[in-house]
Amino acid sequence: MTSPLQQKIKITGPSIVTANRTWDGAVIYRTGSKSWSDELTDAAIVRTADEARALLTEAVADDLNAIGPYIAPVEVAADGAVKPGNMREHIRLTGATIALPAQA
Amino acid sequence: MYAYDEIDRTLVNERVAEFRDQVKRRLSGELSEDEFKMLRLQNGVYLQLHAYMYRIAIPYGTLASNQLRRLAHVARRYDRGYGHFTTRQNIQFNWIKLAELPDAMADLAEVGIQSMQTSGNNMRNVTSDQWAGVAPGEIEDPRIWAELLRQFTTLHPEFSFLPRKFKIAITASDHDRAAIKIHDIGLRLLKNEQGETGFEVLVGGGLGRSPFIAKTIKPFVHGHDILSYVEAILRVYNQYGRRDNIYKARIKILVHELGIETFAAEVEEEWQQIRDGVLKLDQGIIEDIRSRFFYPAYETLPAMPDELRQAAADPTFEAWRKNSVFAHKTQGYAIVVVSLKPIGKPPGDATADQMDALADIADKYSFGEIRVGHEQNLALPHVRKRDLPAVWKALEAIGLAIPNVNLVSDIIACPGLDYCSLANARSIPIAQEITRRFANHDTANLIGRLHINISGCINACGHHHVGHIGILGVEKNNEEFYQITIGGRADEGAELGSLIGPAVPYAEVADVVEDIVEAYLALRARPEELFVDTVKRLGVEPFRERVYATR
Repeated sequence: MTSPLQQKIKITGPSIVTANRTWDGAVIYRTGSKSWSDELTDAAIVRTADEARALLTEAVADDLNAIGPYIAPVEVAADGAVKPGNMREHIRLTGATIALPAQA
Repeated sequence: MYAYDEIDRTLVNERVAEFRDQVKRRLSGELSEDEFKMLRLQNGVYLQLHAYMYRIAIPYGTLASNQLRRLAHVARRYDRGYGHFTTRQNIQFNWIKLAELPDAMADLAEVGIQSMQTSGNNMRNVTSDQWAGVAPGEIEDPRIWAELLRQFTTLHPEFSFLPRKFKIAITASDHDRAAIKIHDIGLRLLKNEQGETGFEVLVGGGLGRSPFIAKTIKPFVHGHDILSYVEAILRVYNQYGRRDNIYKARIKILVHELGIETFAAEVEEEWQQIRDGVLKLDQGIIEDIRSRFFYPAYETLPAMPDELRQAAADPTFEAWRKNSVFAHKTQGYAIVVVSLKPIGKPPGDATADQMDALADIADKYSFGEIRVGHEQNLALPHVRKRDLPAVWKALEAIGLAIPNVNLVSDIIACPGLDYCSLANARSIPIAQEITRRFANHDTANLIGRLHINISGCINACGHHHVGHIGILGVEKNNEEFYQITIGGRADEGAELGSLIGPAVPYAEVADVVEDIVEAYLALRARPEELFVDTVKRLGVEPFRERVYATR
């Protein structure tokens, strides 16, 4: 499989790096302090391909804690509020759009 | 039921121990994700949008009550209290933690449930008719052969690194409930003129990006030769299958590109070299497998017991009976299909509480046995007709006496973008909205048999190509759109549906389905003409006109 670092990085707006946590698969976001958070608000925002590549490079290097890091678009409001940039990321952040059959 | 022997139990337990060690090494950093990924996939562990997803095989769709209870336990202890039954006689848990997976696997192994080869480029769960062994008119129980193939292909080194995944389905009835024509290999059990058991072998079926209906490669292969013939097919596929392009790697592409005659000639040449070797099945082996299947000791019972006659006065019971109860090979017994398609709920999901209750119902009324069908419904295969009123009440108490089997709200749907990392669009909310539109049972009955299949991406896990109405989610400019096909079917007359026109947005899908159904009701030649037959008679055009006239 092609490494995400070997793929051409092209971003069209503010972006973040996201992945899934190794031990439980939960959605996580790369922060600006070389760690991971399960809050999108903690994610480091990048705006250029070089910044994105640098953030992705350090995320990929943390193979122990995160699976499959990739760059995802976000929307940043005037007040700085960050929202997912597409439906897939919205669902990853907020959960399924349906009521789950049960909640154990 | 099939009883595992010591070899099976040892194999499954060793696999759990091996995976426990692999998980430990992954979590300690000794294994990288690149190294671990193939290992987890070979044990049915995917990574989806929110969490790991664990896929467990239910070979040929047969479950014992203690196994269903154990699945409920796993749902409750390691997941979020429910499971999702798939279109290939598997169950999936959507929220399981990698760190806890070995424990879940060990709990399942105690009752003979495993997940080997439920993912990866190997032989997947061998599926069959969910009514196997109880369907009237069946030639013989196809599960004996499914079990032989399961044992033959499990951890077979030659089949562990195929160009792509490989799926086999077997039926032994005229009416194909196992969808064999959309499988890599489809086997239709037959008797020859001497009364010997064999198979019509079909090859090269499949859905996904490039859908094909399987073609007959050999009209009769003797049962004693079935393993060597399957091996010959797999060897040709292993040799010539494309490994350079994932989209062209399935056997259906190879069969299509070579042509069925050339492919068959290659298989024949290979087969002639191996057919009389170690894979020739001794009758003793077949009988040994057969002897490990246990059948209920059926009583001699009346065809129409008094209890059933009296219960018929209740219209709600009678509506359920007419819809969900099917003929059994033994007088006085019935097959009860348990719809997992409640109005407004995700298709194919069952809660842990429902699973436990179903296990109790199976113990009391179905000799402790449950079946899983590719339509994402369950069945109780051995119910005394006199017990039907009691079964109905018990199912009603857990919200599963839903009289919509084979009707418009009995929808097949993949998990879609709500769970799946491959999906482009959501499937479940579309299914939920359609079921709400057709919630009225009288309306659904008026429409008659109509299968709606929904996939959230081109990989077609929701079998949209073979839905009477097929719905495929696509993404356009970051929005969900849906292509609609009509006229598909997955049974013995399998056909791929035809596109009716441009994709429609998420909000309009249920409206389009309503338009199609209204057009059908106006166009059908008589009330008994099924939707799919009206489409065959008239083609797509009248439906296209109806849907797009105002869009």
